[in-house]
Amino acid sequence: MAEEKESEENISALHKKITDAFQLFDYDSNNTVNVREIGTIMYSLGCFPSQADIREFTAKVGEDFSGVVHLDKFLPAMTKVLLENRFPPIPRSKLLQAFKVLDKDQKGYLKPEELTKYMMEKAEPFTQEEMDEMLTAHTHQKDNVIHYEKLIDKLTADQNM
Amino acid sequence: MGCGVSKSNQFHKHSRKAAVLIQRWYRQYVARTEMRRRYTWHIFQSIEYSGEQAQIKVRSYCFSMRSVCYAVFSHQTELENRVYLAGNLISHIFRENDVCWDTEWERYFCYKNIEVPEVYSGPHLTFPLTVEQAVGLLEAFRNKKQLHSRYVLELLLETWKLLRLLPNINRISTCQSKEVTICGDLHGQLEDLLLIFYKNGTPSLEKPYLFNGDFVDRGKDSIEILLILFSFMLVYPCDVYLNRGNHEDHIINLRYGFTKEVLTKYKIHGKRILKLLQKIFSWLPLASVIDQKVLVLHGGISDSTDLGVLAKANRHNVRNTHARILSKSTDSVSSDTTKDEWRQILDVLWSDPMNQDGCMPNEVRGGGCYWGPDITEDFLNRNNMQLIIRSHECKQEGYEFCHNRKVLTLFSASNYYDVGSNRGAYVKLGPDLVPYVIQYQASSMTRELTARQSVGRTERSALKVLREQLFAHKSDLLCAFKKFDSKNTGLVSLNDWASAVESVMHLNLPWRTLRCQLVACKTADGTIDYCDWFNELHIDQSLLETLYRHRSTLETIFRIVDTDNSGFISMEDFRQTWKLLSVYLKMEITDEDICNLAVTIDSNQDGSIDIDEFMEAFRLTDKKSRLERGRSMFMGTASDLTKLEDDPSV
Repeated sequence: MAEEKESEENISALHKKITDAFQLFDYDSNNTVNVREIGTIMYSLGCFPSQADIREFTAKVGEDFSGVVHLDKFLPAMTKVLLENRFPPIPRSKLLQAFKVLDKDQKGYLKPEELTKYMMEKAEPFTQEEMDEMLTAHTHQKDNVIHYEKLIDKLTADQNM
Repeated sequence: MGCGVSKSNQFHKHSRKAAVLIQRWYRQYVARTEMRRRYTWHIFQSIEYSGEQAQIKVRSYCFSMRSVCYAVFSHQTELENRVYLAGNLISHIFRENDVCWDTEWERYFCYKNIEVPEVYSGPHLTFPLTVEQAVGLLEAFRNKKQLHSRYVLELLLETWKLLRLLPNINRISTCQSKEVTICGDLHGQLEDLLLIFYKNGTPSLEKPYLFNGDFVDRGKDSIEILLILFSFMLVYPCDVYLNRGNHEDHIINLRYGFTKEVLTKYKIHGKRILKLLQKIFSWLPLASVIDQKVLVLHGGISDSTDLGVLAKANRHNVRNTHARILSKSTDSVSSDTTKDEWRQILDVLWSDPMNQDGCMPNEVRGGGCYWGPDITEDFLNRNNMQLIIRSHECKQEGYEFCHNRKVLTLFSASNYYDVGSNRGAYVKLGPDLVPYVIQYQASSMTRELTARQSVGRTERSALKVLREQLFAHKSDLLCAFKKFDSKNTGLVSLNDWASAVESVMHLNLPWRTLRCQLVACKTADGTIDYCDWFNELHIDQSLLETLYRHRSTLETIFRIVDTDNSGFISMEDFRQTWKLLSVYLKMEITDEDICNLAVTIDSNQDGSIDIDEFMEAFRLTDKKSRLERGRSMFMGTASDLTKLEDDPSV
């Protein structure tokens, strides 16, 4: 019985958390958000879906042709995702490994052109806007390269939201 | 050759995997930053609006008390006793200003015998004002000079004379391909006005301007902004237009900093300047119409807004935009200004748009309405117009369209909550009446940071303010926690912590998300020791704690009591104020407590209290309010602006 109650509490806490995150993007205060924000909301709840995952999830919860997602569809679907830990976080060590793979000469840093090539041409490419933002924010002012260990520190900071 | 190909294939595969990992992580990081930016924004806004609401509650309380005090009690309970005693004070505060003949006012404001000393290095003004003098004033303020009170009074008198001739609704036309430049709230932020003039040029015959209210309060250069706007208006009376905002109101100014700014900068003549400004504010036009198609006003409309009624109202009778509507006694409503006109003016200055249809009272602000897209549609059709431009609300991008792009909110005070919090914007409107928005941000720092990076600073600032608010509500929070902690363990679950805080603070914030930023102590099994948490926040001192929470209210009441704006109140008034406050707060403040407090504050024992000294006591733990500190950290010097001048991309 106590266990049931506890899991009930857990679920209601999860619900609250998901609703809070959802409502930060609900501009019209009518429990809907634009489909384009679904990815952001999922990420901010601690998930690491791929672009395909996001598309699939959005298709399930979105209303056809309207471009919006209602909270009453999003909430149960997202609760399931979190309970199942469907898109678990990628460990920091893997991230470091990833950078080391791209850093062919093992310099400890990447040049902006190199990073751009990988981010914009491979896998789930960045848009120009995403690329510009990354470069502006993380290219070292003086030597004009990206020190990826520092970048990793930033990316993995305060993960316990 | 085979080897080479497969090696490169391998690399291709690995690098693809690696790229995916990095992309995913980065997007996650960006999303989290975006979340933080949003709730930081929410924090600032919630606190700002709840402050406004608190302000309204105090005044509404004072006013309802006034009507109660006129009655004679046959059964005097303790409460009524206290109210009755405080009643004398209240009557004294709210006695209407009897002196109202213009000639008497002119004598009171006479500047002619104010001498300007030799050492004065600021600008000297001669009237009628020329454009060179207006531009000179701009330069002087940019170089941190202060205009001498003699010239201030002279300029304000000339402004008053001009404003009295203007209609309630300005009629502007974009004939001869003139574009009108419209600016939103400036709130005493001189840097933004200078930036607008730098980017867009100063007002002139070819370059008309319309300023949409809220020139003062919060920022530190409100008086300078007023002087600049008024001087350009005097030089180009047909090309510079002003709309009144809800902050062009002396009661609001008591709380939000303008009164204090003037009294600090003008120690001798500040009182007179403020009195003259009271009249000037009431004479500011209420709205403007461009080419009969575009309505520009500060707050918005309601379902009963009638431009005909507004055009005919005696706008100068409305000195305090809140006072009347809250008063229960009818003797204070002037016979010239009907209740309907009153409410319409209130709506124009205080309303906010909402996304649902309909119209309902704006309880968050305490004045005006929330109005929906159907109201906009109806209003525009009835009046044969196409667009409403308003301000009143801070927007992250400096502007925002709503109601099917038929309503445009325009806000011109960048970095309003803190450095990097938002951009400012102004609008250019030509004969085609299509609004062209230009954005900017007045800070040399934020150019180097991306929007996402500046989140960190603003967020820390917001969290500090929030912790302060939490500390101030300690007793209520303790009660709420105890309700969840029936076994008296001193612990509550994370969820219960959030629910309790939500129920006490009424700030509509994502507390569960914020929790890890606000609570450092957490036991292994995920519960919170709330007593520990309070220690984390601050030290407990019960009377001071309550006073700290209400310090803005307290200061407002003090300044209302100080009717001659001397900066001092008598001991007796001081005691009466405490009695009033204790009734309002429903808490026990004994006469002994009051005496002890008074003795410590009246340091020179002359029977009067220096308000600033008293308020200083609360700043012991917190030198400036966090918000003020955020702004003053930016406070650019002239050299920051010259740096901008060289930058062609600004």
